[in-house]
Amino acid sequence: MADKKYRVLIAKPGLDGHDRGAKCIARALRDAGFEVVYTGIRRSPEEIAVAAVQEDVDAVGLSSLSGAHLQLFPKVLESLKKHDAADIPVIGGGIVPDEDIAILKEQGIQAVFTPGTSLADIITTFQSVCHK
Amino acid sequence: MDIDQIIDGVARRNNRAIAKGISLVENGDERTDRLLTSLDQSLIDEAVVLGITGPPGAGKSTLTDKLVKTSRKLEKRIGVVAIDPSSPLTGGAIHGDRIRMMQHALDTDVVVRSMATRGRLGGLCASAGASVRIMAAGGCNPIIIETVGVGQSEMDIISLADVTALVSAPGLGDDIQALKAGLLEVADIMVVNKADKPGAEMLAMELSEVAREKGREVVKTVASEGTGVEELLQTMLSIFEQQKASGESRRRRREAREREVVDWALEMLRPVLRERGAEDGGEYSGDPRVRAKAIVEGILGDGESVNQ
Ligand SMILES: Nc1nc2c(ncn2[C@@H]2O[C@H](COP(=O)(O)OP(=O)(O)OP(=O)(O)O)[C@@H](O)[C@H]2O)c(=O)[nH]1
Ligand SMILES: [Mg+2]
Repeated sequence: MADKKYRVLIAKPGLDGHDRGAKCIARALRDAGFEVVYTGIRRSPEEIAVAAVQEDVDAVGLSSLSGAHLQLFPKVLESLKKHDAADIPVIGGGIVPDEDIAILKEQGIQAVFTPGTSLADIITTFQSVCHK
Repeated sequence: MDIDQIIDGVARRNNRAIAKGISLVENGDERTDRLLTSLDQSLIDEAVVLGITGPPGAGKSTLTDKLVKTSRKLEKRIGVVAIDPSSPLTGGAIHGDRIRMMQHALDTDVVVRSMATRGRLGGLCASAGASVRIMAAGGCNPIIIETVGVGQSEMDIISLADVTALVSAPGLGDDIQALKAGLLEVADIMVVNKADKPGAEMLAMELSEVAREKGREVVKTVASEGTGVEELLQTMLSIFEQQKASGESRRRRREAREREVVDWALEMLRPVLRERGAEDGGEYSGDPRVRAKAIVEGILGDGESVNQ
């Protein structure tokens, strides 16, 4: 029957209102054949987790430019776990210093993108986490 | 979640189970039938399905959000299926309708699912129909289907709804001309949204003419403010009551059901046909129509022939 389409949720937790990057990634993923649910700016980790559960996505991509990634990204993981959805892989992106990347990965964020990451790399990473 | 957990979860109104169940349908999973046959039919019969359609930017999602809000005030558990077109080139899609509904994100009695058209014509209707039933069996009533009224497949979707509102707004360009091309036919009620904007009165007047001919009502709303939304919901629900009383509702649902059966059958046949059509490895050089008939008669078997 119909072959499986990858569904991903792109979300912006926290207070910064800059969603150019998030939208750009959403469009790039769409152009790579993904179905992308975009939830807009200033979402709480809990809201993001609930939306991810209801949409039954294969992965969640978080974008934060406010510098609060160390607080926000793990909170999303926590909320997902609370909703019995710890199996949904989470990817993060934003202005994240190298030392923070290691910390986030240790906490369970699958991959972290920075402004230097190419769109091609981002798409490949989403494909591989969705595939698992 | 395994299939038994999904079945049990839907019956217990668990939103994660509902989501997983819809994914089974969407992915053509072989366990889908077990789920669909387990659903509580009385809940499906009771749930009213509201269609919200109209041109891009008319305010459908904003209106849906306010309909959700109103339903919640009435303590109704509500489902929303938001359908967006897939890109014909890449097959991908962006679902942005949720942005306008996030105020309900933490309300466990609001179940929202985005669905892409995926270039499937009947297949989309079939999938959406099954998804609506899963939501209904999961305790949602009403259920809103939001779809952009542009393509044929999106318009077909509306046949799944008991009551359909056609949403228009001033300043969308070819206002009424665009609407006239088919969309007016499917509308049970016409909504002029953005009634706060210039041109709304004019649009309402133009639509009233068409509406009168068809015995339909025109309602004005300012979805962004919530104005007129409670009245809209009440009107849609009372149209449904009238349809139930007159037997129209039963007739429509039977038609929708028959159509869904055909849609599913075609979906299931598609891969078989593709395989058989390719079996000659491109060697066959006869007429495609003749070839198609031979394939179909082969599937029918027992010497049954195609009467065309
Ligand atoms: N002035 C005014 N603006 C409105 C009203 N309702 C919605 N809008 C605005 O119109 C724009 C489009 O609204 P949506 O609800 O996204 O429209 P839609 O029909 O769902 O659009 P698509 O899903 O893209 O087809 C948004 O900027 C809304 O804020 C209204 O009653 N008055
Ligand atoms: Mg919309």
